[in-house]
Amino acid sequence: MTAMLHIDGLWKTFAGFVATRDVSFDLMAGETHAIIGPNGAGKTTFFNLITGHLRPDKGSVSFEGRDLVDLPPQKIVRLGIARSFQRINIYPRLTVFENVQVALIAHEGQQWNLFRPGRSLHRQGTQELLELVGLAPEALETAGELSYGKQKQLELAIALASQPRLLLLDEPTAGMSPQETGETIASVRDIVKARGLTLLFTEHDMSVVFGIAERISVLHHGEIIASGAPDAVRNDPEVKRVYLGEHAHG
Amino acid sequence: MPSYRQLIASAIVVLLLALLPLAGSRYAIDLTTEVLIYALFALSLNVLIGFTGNISFGHAAYFAIGGYACAILLTTYGWPLALALPAAVVLAGLVAAVVGYFCVRLTQIYFAMLTLAFAMLVWGVAFKWKEVTGGDDGFTGIKMPAMISHHIGYFYFTLITVAAGIAALWVICHSAFGLTLVAIRENSVRAGFIGVDTRHMRWAAFTVAGTFGGLAGALFGMYHRGMYIENAFWTESANVLIMVLLGGIYSFIGPIIGAAVLHLLQTFTNQYTPYWPTVLGLILLVIVMVLPDGLIGLARRVRGRGGRP
Ligand SMILES: Nc1ncnc2c1ncn2[C@@H]1O[C@H](COP(=O)(O)OP(=O)(O)OP(=O)(O)O)[C@@H](O)[C@H]1O
Ligand SMILES: [Mg+2]
Repeated sequence: MTAMLHIDGLWKTFAGFVATRDVSFDLMAGETHAIIGPNGAGKTTFFNLITGHLRPDKGSVSFEGRDLVDLPPQKIVRLGIARSFQRINIYPRLTVFENVQVALIAHEGQQWNLFRPGRSLHRQGTQELLELVGLAPEALETAGELSYGKQKQLELAIALASQPRLLLLDEPTAGMSPQETGETIASVRDIVKARGLTLLFTEHDMSVVFGIAERISVLHHGEIIASGAPDAVRNDPEVKRVYLGEHAHG
Repeated sequence: MPSYRQLIASAIVVLLLALLPLAGSRYAIDLTTEVLIYALFALSLNVLIGFTGNISFGHAAYFAIGGYACAILLTTYGWPLALALPAAVVLAGLVAAVVGYFCVRLTQIYFAMLTLAFAMLVWGVAFKWKEVTGGDDGFTGIKMPAMISHHIGYFYFTLITVAAGIAALWVICHSAFGLTLVAIRENSVRAGFIGVDTRHMRWAAFTVAGTFGGLAGALFGMYHRGMYIENAFWTESANVLIMVLLGGIYSFIGPIIGAAVLHLLQTFTNQYTPYWPTVLGLILLVIVMVLPDGLIGLARRVRGRGGRP
């Protein structure tokens, strides 16, 4: 079986600092895969390289056989890869509803329609997505005024609106209350199952990681130092030393 | 679709304006004609500023191109208005498309500076191309079709054209396209990640703005029976920018209010003092210090609502 996402020899440096070091990585269709590692390990950079936010110095990224390296984000989204952001990245002065609605408009390629009233489009689809992530009650609130945890949920809804086959979530529950974390992870799990999504995510909360990941890769100083089934990774001495050890109490 | 309330309110405003010649003096009619033209000009700029989040310092360029082109086609080439006006508008839109192609490669202050640079080029062309534009003597003696050569006829012509222009801009700004522009204004990075080619969209917004700016310019030239290089000068771009800011960039009708208030203030101030630039400075000061979202924002705050677009 060939991988859905195939990454080979990926490098990225920032002014001499190596953030991604010779990373090779295969992701199979349907897999739920976690990328873990300490702060500054290069997890977000890795996502940025996949989604076209950053251009790698070297190496290749291919999705279902297509080379992504020279594509801008908007083209990569259209191939079926959507992401959420670790740092809130929404439209703060639009309503929660409009935040999702505009993603559906873009997904349908209707952003070039100069005549159809934008706010009348995809009302049902938007409503369904908001219900899915638990934001229906806040639909008409200004997105920038939501609590941090709810803005994270909105991140997720916007990413889902692009109807991806591969979903990348960068710390989807960071900053959420334990209750919000539980709800969000439950809905992510349901959505992934219902839509048959392939999921690649980063997360510092180990209960979340070991709760839903089928495979785990560990990044450290920009390198993948271990990759495999959760139990194998958990017991890897190197991983224990650089990362999981410090989470022994967490 | 606009709500019924909005439709009825707009219809009442247009009707009241249409009744103006029955009651008003020539002075009132001329002043209203000017306000209507500036309202369209300011609204066209706000497609870029309020809806797309790109500040242009060179919007007078398209106003001038529309104005000169319509004037020249009517007078030098003897085209009928029904051809000259659309051709002038299309030309302004085409030039905006060419200029915009380069400008949207940049953002923020660099974008603004490039729009200014191109507008100065347009001014230079109007100044240097004397045999066509009249240079610094201006292009005067525009041949007007008989039907609209009287000031009342011209008022009605302007009213209908501006109303149609505003209606078209309303539809565009509230379309799926318009909502996507607002998303780009709010967060252009995220807009890219939902599959929007933000550069293409900004380019289209630039072209729309230039096209309608050209329409306003064409109306302006015919109204004054002439176009002058000052109409392409950067002060003209600054003036319309202030109209937009004064009215409020986050609402559709804000720029209309801004255009009316600023133009009336200017006209009255000029009757009493030669210090309009000073007054303008004070107005700017007030906008920056206390009216960040313009008069519309103020009205919303007074009514106890947020300043959301
Ligand atoms: N655009 C950038 N310019 C310069 N340095 C950067 C840039 N982006 C990331 N870095 C650096 O690269 C390293 C990896 O950062 P990255 O954000 O990928 O880490 P991370 O694993 O996501 O960390 P965290 O768990 O804190 O989110 C860090 O040292 C960071 O400072
Ligand atoms: Mg990160």
